[in-house]
Amino acid sequence: MKAFTRLFDELDSTTSTLEKVAALKRYFKQATTDDSLWAVLLLTQKISRRVITSATLKKIFLTATEYPEWLMTESYEQVGDTAETVALLLRSLGYARPDTKESETESSLTEWMTNRIPQLANFQTLEEQGDVLLSWWKDLSADEIFILNKLMTGGFRVGVSDKLVIRALSELFEVPSDRVAHRLTGVKNASDITFSEIISKEEITTASNQPYPFCLAHSWASRVDQDWSSEDWCVEWKYDGIRSQIIARDQQLWIWSRGEQDISNSFPDLLKLFEPLRTLNDGTVIDGEVLIVKDGHIESFQELQKRLGRKKPSPAVMKENPVGFVAYDCLEFEGQDLRELPLQDRRKYLKRALKNFKTEQIKISEAHEVKNLDELEKLRSQSRENSAEGLMIKHWHSPYTVGRKTGSWWKHKIDPLTLDAVLIYAQAGTGRRANLYTDYTFALWTEDKDGKRTLVPFAKAYSGLDQAEIDELDKWIRRHTREKFGPVRSLEAQQVFEIGFEGVLRSSRHKSGLAVRFPRILRWRHDKKPEDADSLETAEALL
Amino acid sequence: MEELIQLTKKGLYCARGDFYIDPWQPVETAVITHGHSDHARTGSKQYHASASCVPLLRHRLGPIHVESHEWGKPFQLSETKVSFHPAGHILGSAQVRVEHNGNVWVMSGDYKRTPDASCEPFEVVPCDVFISEATFALPVYSWEPGEVTAKKIFNWLHQDRTRPSIVFCYALGKAQRILAEMKRYTDETVYLHGSMAELTKLYRNHGIPMLPTELVADLPKDFDFSGKLILAPPSAHRSVWMKRFKEPQTAFASGWMQIRGARRRGGYEKGFVLSDHADWRELIQTINETKAKKIYLTHGREDVLARYLREKGLEVELLRTEYEGEQE
Repeated sequence: MKAFTRLFDELDSTTSTLEKVAALKRYFKQATTDDSLWAVLLLTQKISRRVITSATLKKIFLTATEYPEWLMTESYEQVGDTAETVALLLRSLGYARPDTKESETESSLTEWMTNRIPQLANFQTLEEQGDVLLSWWKDLSADEIFILNKLMTGGFRVGVSDKLVIRALSELFEVPSDRVAHRLTGVKNASDITFSEIISKEEITTASNQPYPFCLAHSWASRVDQDWSSEDWCVEWKYDGIRSQIIARDQQLWIWSRGEQDISNSFPDLLKLFEPLRTLNDGTVIDGEVLIVKDGHIESFQELQKRLGRKKPSPAVMKENPVGFVAYDCLEFEGQDLRELPLQDRRKYLKRALKNFKTEQIKISEAHEVKNLDELEKLRSQSRENSAEGLMIKHWHSPYTVGRKTGSWWKHKIDPLTLDAVLIYAQAGTGRRANLYTDYTFALWTEDKDGKRTLVPFAKAYSGLDQAEIDELDKWIRRHTREKFGPVRSLEAQQVFEIGFEGVLRSSRHKSGLAVRFPRILRWRHDKKPEDADSLETAEALL
Repeated sequence: MEELIQLTKKGLYCARGDFYIDPWQPVETAVITHGHSDHARTGSKQYHASASCVPLLRHRLGPIHVESHEWGKPFQLSETKVSFHPAGHILGSAQVRVEHNGNVWVMSGDYKRTPDASCEPFEVVPCDVFISEATFALPVYSWEPGEVTAKKIFNWLHQDRTRPSIVFCYALGKAQRILAEMKRYTDETVYLHGSMAELTKLYRNHGIPMLPTELVADLPKDFDFSGKLILAPPSAHRSVWMKRFKEPQTAFASGWMQIRGARRRGGYEKGFVLSDHADWRELIQTINETKAKKIYLTHGREDVLARYLREKGLEVELLRTEYEGEQE
């Protein structure tokens, strides 16, 4: 635990990627292979085990130490994180081991993850759990307690990307990083893989349901080279569904989402559609987008959402929201890894793989020929009526790379819809935003029969302002609060913000009767008065 | 009991002695607890301060009329007997004891109990009424001894000696404390931002043992700061002044750094928990040890501390002063 805590601290206290990679290497150099495996899984957030909730952790702490609840609440409001609050209070109470003292029962990360933490679930009452936790806490430093609390509540996160972890492993053990990345893709459990397999120099046959790391695109706006020649680029619609890989191996079928979830169970109807692939030949992997396709028309993400999170959809749900698929790419054919081939060749394999498919629900993504940049913009402006959220622009010669590599794949999204709305409520955030009012509710004007205008809440947004603006707005909020309802403050209707979003839909759950997708703050409109903000009618026109 | 000290528009006023303690507007007679700018303000006719505070006060306020006083030695101000007692906050920082007709009030100013190699240690002064600060009055704040924090700074400096290491901290008190506490571990020169030069000299004149220092501004343009420790005030963070350091690692030394959210929010890579103020336990310990019958609380989280003390049966009131405590 000590070494892992030090690693966390080192990663948490530098912004230099070189330093982060160096810290990771230092850790992996001294750690056992078991500990290294757990560290990789935790750092890349492949696993997070919630044995207890934050609320339970709080209750256990209060019961075990007989701490005044109000004082814990005041402390939490300052800290913004239960795991950290408990660690700091334990230190203040003198329960935590001082940093200067060595631990008497130092246990390895593996011991904590495989034995101690899971054990906690065997105890039923808060008192019993409290006894166990107190005995652990007493031999841990406050920093170690923080890590333990995070691990127990499944909230362990640290400022390091998967890419850096993979880079450290690749440099230290001299294995190509793509290989490491591939091996880690789809791993959900410590039993799925061993550390020696992750860093092996040998080619290892991966599990048959293992997806490839997804190739991702950069934003077109970040492109430096502004030349265009029509024969270089494959231009496709960018659909707003679930980017997924259909994997057919060993006479079986799986659907893996980009979030590395096996979503096969949620879409039995899609598995059925891909049935011909299962028996076609051994080893086919197709990259594409899972969508709702009704009578040949691609429905919004909102419709797809009705299918998400359902472990077993009912026949009614499947009928109401029929699943479809737009295929972009073919990554494996007849058991051969095609990723190094140029896109134009992979498309030929894609056509071969899907040639016997008779269903309307599965399509190969259309490749548009675009002569110049003006045409590109014109095509992009037609995205919405084509149920797309913009364009994908891929070089015909590009291989299917791991992750987001610059140069050959671009996404060119449509500009968001925007409305000017008035800030009416604010709530403090958590974590780094604890103690700062950063969760905002915005409203639009509506007019009743008598012509009286009132503001009705329309969207919540958390992001889009920079730190200086957040600080400034936080100060303003504290000085212009009308009422406090628990953690929420209602504010004087003065500040206008330009809100961007991806779409509007009817919703019975919202007071405005509308739900917006991906709302975020685009600009603080200091130049606008609240009466200049948009009305609900304007928003309804965007439906 | 008579209200010996009252809150007025100009500051905390003692009518029996006709003086103010740390007034925020110019007055006739100002009794000053310490040299930080929210406590020592310019414009008053006559100042009183502890002997070790006077040089800092003169540096900060320019030419002033100031009477210097030895620790614990009472002097008469009108009907009252006044004396200074060490507060352990920064060099020369004092609690002000005011006595009239056997009624004793103590105004703590800012104080701490954690040992500090750069100033006089706090002294408990028994009193009837104690006016306490409450900057860090939440139980999540608990400090380690300065030498432990200094060791952490030392380790951080040695972890990467290929880059300059800049610790941001307040120019008066915190900077000198780091220079004094670090002396246990090294004798290497530390490089200072210009705003710290004179203040550090004043500490040296007082005989506080500290690491040797040089001014960044006195060094040639191409001086290599790799592996060196540099101290600068928070206002220099991300300023033009930073340009001369190549890819420095940065840290902030402050009590607020106890909390991870504050650390990340400040935009510093590393946070060192080092405060001039009392932590939660020190506040409660001190309030108990003064045996005061009544407690007034000023700047900080006085609301939380007040509730806690009231639940323990103490009489507590809040004072709305304009002191700022340790800035974030």
